Amino acid sequence: MTINEIQDELIEDFAFFEDWMAKYEYLIQLGKELPLIDEQYKKEEYLIKGCQSKVWLHADHRDGKVIFTADSDAIITKGLVGLMIKVLSGHTPREIASSDLYFIDQIGLKEHLSPTRANGLLSMVKQMKLYALALQANES
Amino acid sequence: MERTAVLERFDVEKVREDFPILTRTVNGKPLVYLDNGATTQKPKQVIDAIVNYYTQLNSNVHRGVHHLSQLATDAFEVTRRILRPFLNAPHEHEIIFTKGTTESINLVAQCYGKAFVRAGDEIIISAMEHHSNIVPWQILCEERGAVLRVVPINDAGELDLDTYKSYLNDRTKMVAITYVSNALGTINPVREIIQAAHAVGAPVLLDAAQAIQHIPVDVQELDVDFLAFSGHKMYGPTGIGVLYGKEQWLKAMPPYQGGGEMIKEVTFAKTTYNELPFKFEAGTPNIEAGICLTHAISYLNELGLPNIAAYENELLAYATHQLTEIPGLRIVGTAREKSSVVSFLLDGAHPYDVGVILDKLGIAVRTGHHCTQPLMDRFAIPGTVRASIALYNTREEIDTLVAAVKRAATMLL
Repeated sequence: MTINEIQDELIEDFAFFEDWMAKYEYLIQLGKELPLIDEQYKKEEYLIKGCQSKVWLHADHRDGKVIFTADSDAIITKGLVGLMIKVLSGHTPREIASSDLYFIDQIGLKEHLSPTRANGLLSMVKQMKLYALALQANES
Repeated sequence: MERTAVLERFDVEKVREDFPILTRTVNGKPLVYLDNGATTQKPKQVIDAIVNYYTQLNSNVHRGVHHLSQLATDAFEVTRRILRPFLNAPHEHEIIFTKGTTESINLVAQCYGKAFVRAGDEIIISAMEHHSNIVPWQILCEERGAVLRVVPINDAGELDLDTYKSYLNDRTKMVAITYVSNALGTINPVREIIQAAHAVGAPVLLDAAQAIQHIPVDVQELDVDFLAFSGHKMYGPTGIGVLYGKEQWLKAMPPYQGGGEMIKEVTFAKTTYNELPFKFEAGTPNIEAGICLTHAISYLNELGLPNIAAYENELLAYATHQLTEIPGLRIVGTAREKSSVVSFLLDGAHPYDVGVILDKLGIAVRTGHHCTQPLMDRFAIPGTVRASIALYNTREEIDTLVAAVKRAATMLL
């Protein structure tokens, strides 16, 4: 599936949630279920320090595709991190670098990507794109 | 009986009518505003004064001969005049206007530092300080080769006074301590702190940002050397703060910034500085906020700080009791003397997650490290959820908070 196909699928899934409670319960569940990152990467050099919560991000370049793994100390942030990984991981650097992440707005979670939230999520997305850009530059 | 007496003196429903914002909704729920430690809401008396300033008075202060400039200057100076008895300061010219507490502290660190702090001297702060009462002193110590000494706290969040006293010596050049901890609510024994510092000839700066709106402050009775606070945390406008300083110190300190207002005479060879307080007030101040702060102080004076304190303390005790009943909830900061703040953690839940859910329920609290990272490190926690109480909060709002925290616990744990 392309990045946009995954985004569209998520938007469809989220349309079934009747209120914010259901949405957040799903996020929390997602956060609890996903062991996102190898413990060896949960250290300072992979840490994106938000003012509120921490995010760890690790990227691997395999067979022309970028595999992201990540984690957070806050469960709602971790759920959102899980969504980002679902959308961006496993694609080529070019696809990731040029992607437009519209799903987060459409599923009504835009506020979590605001710089004032300082939960590390926005920095993580930036970091993912920068990593893809750097790989893309190396390729060409 | 006691509760009835407090309520008779303090009609919170009537008080709430003065704060228009309290009737709005957030995420479809009635706003429960418990982030008063960050900033307080403004009564209509202050809001009306702001509108009146721009519709009737707007003009620069201390400069013009024209009518409006005179009116604006007079109104601006009224605030200084009303602040003097509010603090029981000996002189009006000991009251300096700044942008806020942070600037007040920076002013003292830089100007007092230039005049009095040398290599090997010591500055004492505490483990519960806000970053704005840490970093200015760190900068000073780096510049001067001075030593920063940090008074530790116990698990309840109270200062270790024995260690504090052991730090005092003839190299101590400043003791800068918070009156009330913004993250824990601890009220520090400031009289004892000041007396001990004075015994070795060291002045004391009190960060009163979280005290001035809750506790009557008498600078002469405290014998405090410097006192810093912000207008916006005491129901006044943003962008105005106060530094009270004893005349003897302020006179001996060089100016803070150069510019208009702070000068007596300027030639390219030499500039002579203006008298107090203007020596420390370079440039056009926040005139609107300066003028309208008067109305916030009058508001507090009318209700009476002792009445406000009695009401808020009762509410704090109620909130502490109700929250403690929630299984898995831990209060961070259990000092015997506390004011207005209840910081807590749900075991197993990150404070950010709790904050997000409370927000969805219309409740405004602060989550995170509260600009006190060293303090959070001391407790080995990433942060807390902090509910901070103001004079317009109610028992019903505390009940709403408690129900919301229970709901968050169900979702998160």
